Amino acid sequence: MVLVIDDDLVFKALADETRRFLLDRLFEKDGRTLTDLASELEMTRFGVMKHLRILENANLVVTRRSGRTKLHFLNPVPIRQIHDRWINKYQEHHVSALLDLKHQLEKEKP
Amino acid sequence: MTVNSAPQATTQVYRVYIKATPQAVWDAITRPEWTERYGYGGRGEYDLRPGGQYRGYTSDAMKQAGAAQGIPVPDLAIEGEIIEADAPRKLVQTWHMLMDPGTAGEKFTRLTYEIEAMPGGVTRLTLTHELDGAPNAAGILAGQWESQGAGGGWSWVLSDLKSLLETGQGLRG
Repeated sequence: MVLVIDDDLVFKALADETRRFLLDRLFEKDGRTLTDLASELEMTRFGVMKHLRILENANLVVTRRSGRTKLHFLNPVPIRQIHDRWINKYQEHHVSALLDLKHQLEKEKP
Repeated sequence: MTVNSAPQATTQVYRVYIKATPQAVWDAITRPEWTERYGYGGRGEYDLRPGGQYRGYTSDAMKQAGAAQGIPVPDLAIEGEIIEADAPRKLVQTWHMLMDPGTAGEKFTRLTYEIEAMPGGVTRLTLTHELDGAPNAAGILAGQWESQGAGGGWSWVLSDLKSLLETGQGLRG
């Protein structure tokens, strides 16, 4: 059981075509059973289950019980955290680089 | 199967692990001095007993952003009623967004916060929002309107909450 989800787990979980495919299917229609998801893949139920478990350990999928069925939900929070932690940072860097350039150019004006 | 799958598709589930106590997470959700510091930044007022009211107010920033676009923004953004308040473990409430005419006409939805202490001083927060009959609110909460200035929805709010509780600073610094 992983307690604090680190970025490594999320990146590793995303570094697989089948798992990205599963996340895309859940994005289209959330709250699905293993059987339902397995029907979209040319793969054994066991294989799909293994991929779902990796996604769940990375906190990208959260399961909930509804009566006797287990439903899989896409959890976008870890992707959001990567966005906020990494992508925003570099976007801001670009913005500040442009601002520096602007200041520099304005200073050079006669 | 088809009967079951229709309403489930309208439920959104979010989970975040936070290095903080369950009480700190509970306070951040239910106390106005905390709700002003992350996410949409509006003041949240809870009367934490079954039947008590929840009121989520619009922040000054939201009002200014609305005014700049010529859209009137009401004082009350969200209204709701407490169904269950078991501090610091579980909060169940109804939730109805008044911010936009497109959401004001929609049904009251059901929102559940589950807060669990995990080993190592980590708290697991799971948010389940049952959004039957509220497709416009569902779109906003899924972050679909972020580039139009509607904020990033629940994943944005929870990511900011985690940042605030772990570092003392939200994502806006």
